Amino acid sequence: MPSKLAISYAHVTKRFGLLKAVDDVSLDVAEGEFVAVVGGSGSGKTTLLRLANRLIEADGGSVTVEGEDVHNVDPVALRRRIGYVFQSGGLFPHLSVADNIGITPKLLGEPAAATATRVDELLELVQLDRVAHRDRLPEALSGGQRQRVGVARALAARPRIVLMDEPFGALDPLTRDALGEDYRDLHRRLGLTTVMITHDMTEAILLADRIAVMRGGQLLAQGTPAELSHSSDAYVLELLRTPRRQVERLNALLPRSGAA
Amino acid sequence: MSLFADPRWGEALSHLPDYLGNHVRVSLAALALGLAISLPLAILTRNRPAPRAILLALASIVQTVPGLALLALFYPLLLAAASVTLAWFGISFSAFGFLPAMLALALYSMLPVLRNGITGLNGIDPALVEAAKGVGMTARQSLVIVELPLALPVMMAGIRTAAVWVIGTATLSTPIGQTSLGNYIFAGLQTQNWVFVLFGCLASALLALAVDQLLGLIERGLRRRSRLHTALGGIGIAALVAVTLVPTMGRSSQGYVVGAKTFAEQYVLSALLRDRLQAAGLSATARSGLGSSVIFEALKAGDIDLYVDYSGTLWANQLHRTDIKPRAELLAELKTALAKDNITLLGELGFENAYALVMPKKRAEALGIRSIADLAAHASGLSIAGDYEFFSRPEWAALQKTYGLQFRAQRQMQPDFMYAAVASGEVDVIAGYTSDGLIAKYDLVALDDPRQAIPPYDAILQLAPKRARDETLQAALKPLLGRIDIATMREANLRAAGNDANSSPDAVAKWLWGKVGQR
Repeated sequence: MPSKLAISYAHVTKRFGLLKAVDDVSLDVAEGEFVAVVGGSGSGKTTLLRLANRLIEADGGSVTVEGEDVHNVDPVALRRRIGYVFQSGGLFPHLSVADNIGITPKLLGEPAAATATRVDELLELVQLDRVAHRDRLPEALSGGQRQRVGVARALAARPRIVLMDEPFGALDPLTRDALGEDYRDLHRRLGLTTVMITHDMTEAILLADRIAVMRGGQLLAQGTPAELSHSSDAYVLELLRTPRRQVERLNALLPRSGAA
Repeated sequence: MSLFADPRWGEALSHLPDYLGNHVRVSLAALALGLAISLPLAILTRNRPAPRAILLALASIVQTVPGLALLALFYPLLLAAASVTLAWFGISFSAFGFLPAMLALALYSMLPVLRNGITGLNGIDPALVEAAKGVGMTARQSLVIVELPLALPVMMAGIRTAAVWVIGTATLSTPIGQTSLGNYIFAGLQTQNWVFVLFGCLASALLALAVDQLLGLIERGLRRRSRLHTALGGIGIAALVAVTLVPTMGRSSQGYVVGAKTFAEQYVLSALLRDRLQAAGLSATARSGLGSSVIFEALKAGDIDLYVDYSGTLWANQLHRTDIKPRAELLAELKTALAKDNITLLGELGFENAYALVMPKKRAEALGIRSIADLAAHASGLSIAGDYEFFSRPEWAALQKTYGLQFRAQRQMQPDFMYAAVASGEVDVIAGYTSDGLIAKYDLVALDDPRQAIPPYDAILQLAPKRARDETLQAALKPLLGRIDIATMREANLRAAGNDANSSPDAVAKWLWGKVGQR
């Protein structure tokens, strides 16, 4: 084995009533890897993500995080050591930016002064102006700024693993692109393991090392973008063709020098 | 501005520290208890639909009980509870005044707090509850750090509604012995003192309005996350409570408490008794407007020290007797019976407040009617009016049976209107009250009852068990016994029924002492 596993799903199943949200899925995420889980709505990708920090409990199979079966780990402690970035931020509207970012260190009982310093570091890390944003309420921020705070909050307790639930989905294309690049950079610099959910194959190809494709609760394929292109599954191939087709059409419509 | 030149405004104002302080005290305690019960219930049931529905239904049912009835119900309830704890654990508590009022009002406050608490907690974006879990909060941390603060503005709106309801309903706690701004209203209605009624209504409305606005400020502060608003509202509430409560502090010893029921004669007599005790150098207060079922139990329990009741009332209500005995015999038997409860029947004041058949003096003379026996011969051509309960009381049955009375028609009327109705000839005879001042005013006559169909209703002075050997008290009261004749009491009641500065119970009591004190 080339490197240790950060997260390992082995034949994991989760049912909601009659619906099999996750159906016998096995997926390994190595330490330091950036994996994107791609699928449409109802494909089970969010359920799969939440099984890792026990926001949802599996019915069958096992989920292992850093070598431990999650069932043997206290869920609250598990969630405190795994960063989680919520769709459209999930910031607490009644808490300031600083209090939102510092929430997990506070829950862990870290001294207030240390947390304050950490908040300043994180604001810098996610490229938010400390003076302008520190004491604001989330409602005073733009969508992109909110999501940067969301990332800072996820990183506050120095997790080695970060889970991201469609983190950039609701943002305008420019912000989305910048934020994605910035996060990719953080992921590399901090040596994080990241699992990101997205319905956008382009985003997945641009950011992730490996991509897992889900549909109807099943894992259809996994691998690098290049590996996926050899898949025999029609849906996977269709997903991969879409970005390329878009690029070709864009190239045809836009003059080559337009972006410069 | 003759309206405000009326000295009764000054008199009303002099009671304000006491009435307002007690009103705020009982409202605050009730609200605190209501919150202490309903907020945890709202939190506990927020994710449990079935218990939540049951709880809300129960709270709604409580809300449909009229405030006055709810307050009145708590008195016998606590009385029974007190006797149980006395029997089982040897400890008893006072079922009078503060405790029943606070409990009933607390129950009354629960619906808006519960409903808004549950609505507030259930209205939180589920994504935020999920986020709280995701950043590593326990269920309790999620509740304290995220859910409660987010639900707070909605909860505060419920608390605000509850506060206004409690302050309004607290005015109805006067009859169970809790002093409140309702004392103005009850006293004013009974003695036709509209200045008092207006003053009481204004004071409680202003109090409710002030509390509503201050809590509204806090609610706005919470909603807009403005610490300034929240702090200002909080300071305002604290200041209001301090200003109203401080003047009543350190007044725990109120000395002798004179009770009074809810009609004018009782207000006058309690003021008279209080004045006599004070003249003898004793500290005394009047606790007026007590329900007639509450007042006797309050005396027995020692919550009040003395009050005036009527022999026939106790005979029927406490001894549960339906037979009728001559005045002296009934009194003697009553005295023995009361002594078993260690209540001292000190003596009679000298007048009776009994039911009597009343008609215009001139008409009676013209028809040659002097007694009910004379009336019987004419009754078939006459009409009679009585208050709402008279025709179902044993007195009416006894009158019909004893004298063979058969009237042409009988009607029920508001007591205040009966006298004018008989004076104007709208009805021929009324069942009035012997001590009512309107008998003199309208030149009416109360017909004799030679066969004693109506039991005697001697005004009698009773003392609480703990005052049985209180020589100083009894010496101060003795000068009143046998001194107040029916004509004097009628005149006093007539004065009290007026609507001017000399008609307040205090003023009439002073006049009354001026009449009887010299004898």
